[in-house]
Amino acid sequence: MKKVLLASSILALSAGLSGAAQAEVKLGVILGFTGPIESVTPGMADAAELAMKEVSDSGKLLGGETVVSVRGDSTCVDSAAAQAAAERLITSEGIAAIMGADCSGVTGAIANNVAVPKGIVMVSPSATSPALSTIEDNGYFFRTAPSDARQGQVLSDIAMDRGIKEIAVTYTNNDYGKGLADSFQAAYEAAGGKVSIVVPHEDGKADYSAEVGALAASGSEVLAVFGYVDQGGRGIIQSSLDTGAFGSFLIADGMTAESLLENFGDSIDGTVGTLPGTDSPGAAKFLEVAKSMGVDGDGPFRAESYDAAALILLAMQAAGSTDSAALKDKMLDVANAPGEPIYPGELAKALEIIASGGDVDYVGATAVELIGPGEAAGSYKELLVEGGKYTTVQIR
Amino acid sequence: MPDFVDILNALALMSNFVFVPALSYGAQLALGALGITLVFGILRFANFAHGDQMAFGTMVVVLVTFWLQAMGVSIDPVPTAFLALPIGIAVAILMSLGIDRTVYRFYRKRRVAPVIYVVASVGVMYLLNGLTRFVIGPDDQRFADGARFLINAREFKEMTGLAEGITIKVSQGLTVLISIIVVIALFWFLQKTRMGKAMRAYSDNEDLALLSGINPEKVVAVTWIIAATLATIAGTMYGLDKSFKPFTYFQLILPMFAAAIVGGIGQPVGAIVGGFIVAFSEVMLTYAYKKVALYLTHGGWEPEGLLQILSTEYKFAISFLILVVVLLVRPTGIFRGKVIT
Repeated sequence: MKKVLLASSILALSAGLSGAAQAEVKLGVILGFTGPIESVTPGMADAAELAMKEVSDSGKLLGGETVVSVRGDSTCVDSAAAQAAAERLITSEGIAAIMGADCSGVTGAIANNVAVPKGIVMVSPSATSPALSTIEDNGYFFRTAPSDARQGQVLSDIAMDRGIKEIAVTYTNNDYGKGLADSFQAAYEAAGGKVSIVVPHEDGKADYSAEVGALAASGSEVLAVFGYVDQGGRGIIQSSLDTGAFGSFLIADGMTAESLLENFGDSIDGTVGTLPGTDSPGAAKFLEVAKSMGVDGDGPFRAESYDAAALILLAMQAAGSTDSAALKDKMLDVANAPGEPIYPGELAKALEIIASGGDVDYVGATAVELIGPGEAAGSYKELLVEGGKYTTVQIR
Repeated sequence: MPDFVDILNALALMSNFVFVPALSYGAQLALGALGITLVFGILRFANFAHGDQMAFGTMVVVLVTFWLQAMGVSIDPVPTAFLALPIGIAVAILMSLGIDRTVYRFYRKRRVAPVIYVVASVGVMYLLNGLTRFVIGPDDQRFADGARFLINAREFKEMTGLAEGITIKVSQGLTVLISIIVVIALFWFLQKTRMGKAMRAYSDNEDLALLSGINPEKVVAVTWIIAATLATIAGTMYGLDKSFKPFTYFQLILPMFAAAIVGGIGQPVGAIVGGFIVAFSEVMLTYAYKKVALYLTHGGWEPEGLLQILSTEYKFAISFLILVVVLLVRPTGIFRGKVIT
């Protein structure tokens, strides 16, 4: 008898709590606040929370709900810890949807084992592994970052346009590197190119001469490096230059950073790289909006994070509910044409249009266009190193 | 048939990617393995903390180098680290003697079994491991400066007109040079000086050595001084040649132990030979010989594959492989060292 009483009082209490929570919508922000990308994630979380604040301040979401951010740590590398964090946010915090996660491995783990089984919408701003396009997501998983399958295609196009018919490939031995190398190889070979050798490299080693020796033995003139600029990628390039094995490189987003030029200057002239980016006015508007709210919007994946949070909230408005099962079907509607184009800082306007039965096309900071399994189509800048500086050749 | 130029090209290619890197890596391993083998010969235990003693000494060198660089001191074209090296060695020696005083002497007095020393050294390893990361952090540190190349690939090609270049870095040349000097000095010390003879006697038969009036504490102290010196030199060379990162130094104990055991543990000559055997095996087994074959057959035979025996991911496994083979086939090593019991 006592037990029944206890159970029913707990039930009543939790019902009361969830009733109280209706005045605010909780969004989970699950990013690697500790771990290998801990320097990047605070800026991403700030950008996502910027969109939430914009919506709360407008007072127009579902008749005036405020949005509250609940942060969780994905660690970037530890799947068990990331799942536990997601589990906690869903069951004890009662979040409506997840903005996250960041690295491809933990994102897949949370989606497969927590978010999809529990029916919670999840929008990742930065997981780019092609494997995530084909997971069994029942329509709950989205990303505002393009799949690396797209980047592989772009890299292959660049190589072909520059007349590179044969190439050696090295990648960092993880989900990101492997996925990108595979998609590049598939696209490149389909276009008639020849990949002479593929050598994975481990990050955090002191010496890459053996890897470079094997790569050089292939006889190719150009080396594709799909790795990290502060890690093995730099070691590979250093060792290639030292031994005279390669002089120019094809690099992907993990390598195309300023610190690459700080290290190598004009000794890697002729290197071409890709970096996610557009010439859409949304990017500049996002920087402006962020600045006016006291947040620095200039940094990796911050614009994508803002867009991820904004999309979730607009879809809620369109669904007329915070229920993930309902809002998941509205994501593509609000993200894509037709409709009024919406840029950063115009979320209030968008909420209004949706509330009055209109249609919006969320462009956002990164010119979001969700395709196929709910991921960004993705545009990339083609950057060429000339005289020790990056110059943008074109947008692809 | 390959003509003369083809053979030269094949040789240049092999030198660039196999001989030069393996030679300098081998010299670094040899210096490390010498320290391990000396400690084993005299203190009679496998010192697992050796890699981290190397990291600790190198860390001091790196910090002093940074300070010197900030002060504007330079001995270009020689890396500034050489000015810092004596200070690093001194601090590493103090650390080693301090650890011996506080940890190992306790067990020596009780004449414990070797395995207890080994476990104690694992404890010391973790302690130094943490201390190094606490002071300098777990990240990569680049402290090399001065001239980078003795010969660079482009210059070599222009000079000789060959299609293949050879690069020799200053750090590689210095590594080999310093190793030769250090090894000669060490052998002279062990063979010719009174202290060196005492150490060899102590290693050969502890009780007899004690009876003939050799002071054991002094022998042990000198052993630690030599081991710390060798470790710091080896670590600094490795860091100049590659880069300094505490974790890679910790990993180096595997190839260093393999080197010491291949050569015959407790045998200084063995440690040197073993160092080169391990280094050359690592590089030669993972090198792809396709281009070499192309030159040697004058382009007559273009192999489908890369002629690579092992993929580079398995580089680390080679030390294990060598260890297993040696312990199975000839547990005493090439120069008949002691068998680890």
